[in-house]
Amino acid sequence: MEALQAVFVLPFLDMAGEPLFFLEVIIGGLLTGVNYSLVALGFVLIFKASGVFNFSQGIMVLFAALTLVGLMERGVPVWLALVLTVLAMIALAFIVERFMLRFLVNQDEIILFMATIGLAFLLEGVGEIAWGADVKELDIGIPDKSFEVGGILLNEFDLFAAATGTVLVVGLAVFFHKTPIGRALRAVADDHQAALSVGIPLKTIWVVVWSVAGIVALAAGISWGAKSGVQFSLSLIALKALPVLLIGGFTSVPGAIIGGLIIGVGEKIAEIYWGPLVGGAIENWFAYMLALAFLLFRPQGLFGERIIERV
Amino acid sequence: MFYREAGQFKTTYAGDQAVFPILQDRAFVIAVILFAFLVVPFIADDYWFQAILIPFLVFSMAAIGLNLLTGYAGQLSLGTGGFMAVGGYMAYKMTTAFPDLNILIIFILAGLIAAVVGILFGIPSLRIKGFYLAVTTLAAQFFILWLFNKVPWFYNYFSSGVIAAPPRSVAGILVVGPASTPMVRYLVALSFVVVFTLAAKNLVRGRIGRSWMAIRDMDIAAEIIGIRPFQVKLLAFAISSFYCGVAGAMFLFLYLGSAETEAFNINVSFDVLFMIIIGGLGSILGSFLGAAFITLLPILLTNLPPHLGFSMPIDLQSHIEVITFGALIIFFLIVEPHGLARLWQIGKEKLRLWPFPY
Repeated sequence: MEALQAVFVLPFLDMAGEPLFFLEVIIGGLLTGVNYSLVALGFVLIFKASGVFNFSQGIMVLFAALTLVGLMERGVPVWLALVLTVLAMIALAFIVERFMLRFLVNQDEIILFMATIGLAFLLEGVGEIAWGADVKELDIGIPDKSFEVGGILLNEFDLFAAATGTVLVVGLAVFFHKTPIGRALRAVADDHQAALSVGIPLKTIWVVVWSVAGIVALAAGISWGAKSGVQFSLSLIALKALPVLLIGGFTSVPGAIIGGLIIGVGEKIAEIYWGPLVGGAIENWFAYMLALAFLLFRPQGLFGERIIERV
Repeated sequence: MFYREAGQFKTTYAGDQAVFPILQDRAFVIAVILFAFLVVPFIADDYWFQAILIPFLVFSMAAIGLNLLTGYAGQLSLGTGGFMAVGGYMAYKMTTAFPDLNILIIFILAGLIAAVVGILFGIPSLRIKGFYLAVTTLAAQFFILWLFNKVPWFYNYFSSGVIAAPPRSVAGILVVGPASTPMVRYLVALSFVVVFTLAAKNLVRGRIGRSWMAIRDMDIAAEIIGIRPFQVKLLAFAISSFYCGVAGAMFLFLYLGSAETEAFNINVSFDVLFMIIIGGLGSILGSFLGAAFITLLPILLTNLPPHLGFSMPIDLQSHIEVITFGALIIFFLIVEPHGLARLWQIGKEKLRLWPFPY
């Protein structure tokens, strides 16, 4: 009885008892959620546009951040370093297309998935050889001050990240649904061969979408890197972004955002109110369990395209 | 000329349904098994047992388990490490609770417990498919490891959180524990692998295996012809997790000796997945080839450069290893997406006609 009360009653009393703190928890969760969303966005882009479940997205985040920091350490001014990093990510897209995807057209999804895991290993090694494996500070001059609004503690940097995320999402949503390239991307995702046969230039499409995913990875890399330093563990956030995909759906840009926010908030609340009951450190799996609960009701995620099966 | 089935007539149903219907295949497999049992123990040294042969056997077992689930039943799983952890930890708990129980029976029991856990995490597979399912199996991976880390009961309240294989003997011979010889552990692992490979080989060509393949190829169509997807998928999860659980117990008791949860982390899951993809999805032989490839490759990459006369700093070398590993995987997927088992098959086709191809 007491245990049940501890699980089902007391946490809610805590929440109601300190509404301001609860609000702060929620806002903190939302802001973390934006960062998850940024990573998830990269996954969604590539999955939507080529049907590839790109496991190397996490490493791409690390790679972009490492390149940026590495350039800045060598005395390159911030704006130039940003431009160069974007160019590097576009070059990476070209390389991936030329040496990997081109040969894997029309293969099974799982083969493409495994190939991206191979790519993850490759990028990890190259990034660390090129820029070293130690933890680096990332500071691109965005103010990182905390201030209070109505008794709630906010952080300028988090707000900046949230704003960037919003801009990216709106831009991408328009890009996917309103432009010819966007439509071509969706056709490629449906069926490589069919898209090729109606004259869609598969290679160009792939380069475009991997470049965009690379730039999104850079945005994610900046916002995570500024928080926790640029280091290898950055690539592990890919694993945190996967439940976001489950909730939002693999093919939905808005889904990635909403999913990220749900995970961010859910995780924070669970960690603070229920975490102590089970000994803490639940953030590793809580998001997955949350996603699982959502999936039982909507197997394609909240915003994913309906899965239609025919014999 | 040597590998030709012409003239081998099957006059009985038993002969027609043999696991290896062609005489040469049968002879080859028996020869390999005899070689592994009778010759290898005398020619291999401890390094070979400990660094190459035992991990190869353990991972073959896990790869067969995952191949049954992913290659035959078509359910992509990234939770292999978690199910192996269940096997390892449960075997540890049972053998410390019942020291007199035969350790080999404990391996099997640990596999059965892993099977139950596998069924639990397999339940979502009825509604969730493809990559959605793959990501939900990650929940198993993270949740199980967290549980074993957080609940001290699982590691018998040792403050270090490390579980170590206690010495146990079977028929007077020390089988596991720090003092056991690698040769004995190798033979135990080999026996398990041989028995369970035979079981798997028979499983996949019987009714169960065929219904798995029907589900894999198109589950709706399979449902229409009268296969019950729920039971069949759960059975696939159960049997696959059983294999992974036994592999996990072997991993802990026969290979590592002592471990903490980190030994069963997500990289193990990925390694096993690599094995079945590089070896060949839906092929028992492929599980072995893939396991050999993935266990040997890092050893080769570590040892080859010094032999060739390159010397480089340790960290640079480890980075180059990672790069080569990634590049080789991409290369293999491009060259032969159906895996090493397919190469083997092509080789056999060629061999049938050799040396007179017309």
